[in-house]
Amino acid sequence: MGMEQLVEKYFRPGRLPHIWCPGCGHGIITGAIVKAVDKLGLSKDEVAVISGIGCSSRASGYLDFNTANTLHGRALPIASGLKMANPKLKVIVPSGDGDATAIGGNHLIHAARRNIDLTLVVYNNSIYGMTGGQYSPMTPKGSKATTAPYLTIEPAFNLLDLAKAAGATFVARSTTFHVQNMVDCIAKGIQHKGFSIIECVSACPTNFGRQNRMGAAPKMMEWQRDHAVMVGAWNRMDEETRAKAIADGKFPIGVLYENNDVQEYTEAYDDLIKRAQGGK
Amino acid sequence: MLKLVSKRCKGCGICVNFCPKKVLEVTEVGKCAIIAGKEKDCIQCGQCEMRCPDYAIFVEKDK
Repeated sequence: MGMEQLVEKYFRPGRLPHIWCPGCGHGIITGAIVKAVDKLGLSKDEVAVISGIGCSSRASGYLDFNTANTLHGRALPIASGLKMANPKLKVIVPSGDGDATAIGGNHLIHAARRNIDLTLVVYNNSIYGMTGGQYSPMTPKGSKATTAPYLTIEPAFNLLDLAKAAGATFVARSTTFHVQNMVDCIAKGIQHKGFSIIECVSACPTNFGRQNRMGAAPKMMEWQRDHAVMVGAWNRMDEETRAKAIADGKFPIGVLYENNDVQEYTEAYDDLIKRAQGGK
Repeated sequence: MLKLVSKRCKGCGICVNFCPKKVLEVTEVGKCAIIAGKEKDCIQCGQCEMRCPDYAIFVEKDK
């Protein structure tokens, strides 16, 4: 199915054009979610999209699934409750970098620790776009932001290492330039039984690109093209080459970690119910 | 054939930048359009459709 038909099928009628700025990558990520759902042949009733607050979180308002636009940073707890109530649902959580790592940072590590079967899609544009360009925990060190006119002095989180250390069992990254790769990563994340996190590198030309003189939207997308390295090639690098790549600001994309040997939370909870009822 | 939905287009220029045959432009009114005379140069690769953040350009494959 082409994108035109996918928009007609999975988007709420009459909501487009969306509110995202010209050149914002969030539309591409939302399109990739829809393509992934379609690729897996899921019906609209089988999918729930739960979002928090921020530019990224507007996605739930455009999509015609079971949706809720909840509190800032609290999408994961609400999605967890939904998953516990109906484990058959495929629950997707679109969340911004600030929403997921700052306001909802605690919820992120605990959802990962429980290994509950949610798919967290982090729309990482490196900034708080909606409120005017304040720096977030994902803003690279040395960037300019409204709240850092003399450049940030804080290092950014390595979000995927953080999620993996906390217990996430599916960890992937992609960019809005690598659309096919992003669709693959999200589809695999939805299929994975356990907590999946997909970091989608997006561009905010209005509030990040402009302050950091990165050029307009196409230039920012070229930056993604030039700095992302497929995970296979990344793993084949010798240590010296990889150290140089990291120093140049490059990063691996693709499925970086997957572990299918950890019990999923709703299954563990079903076991608990059986035990409590005396069935052992 | 390319189908352009100008109501949704915000003129970000991503499609123009990544078109391998350079058949697109952003017009004075800030919308993407096919450059006059280049209609037949499109090879229907779908790069524009894939990366359009606004779902404003689609490739309708010739049968």
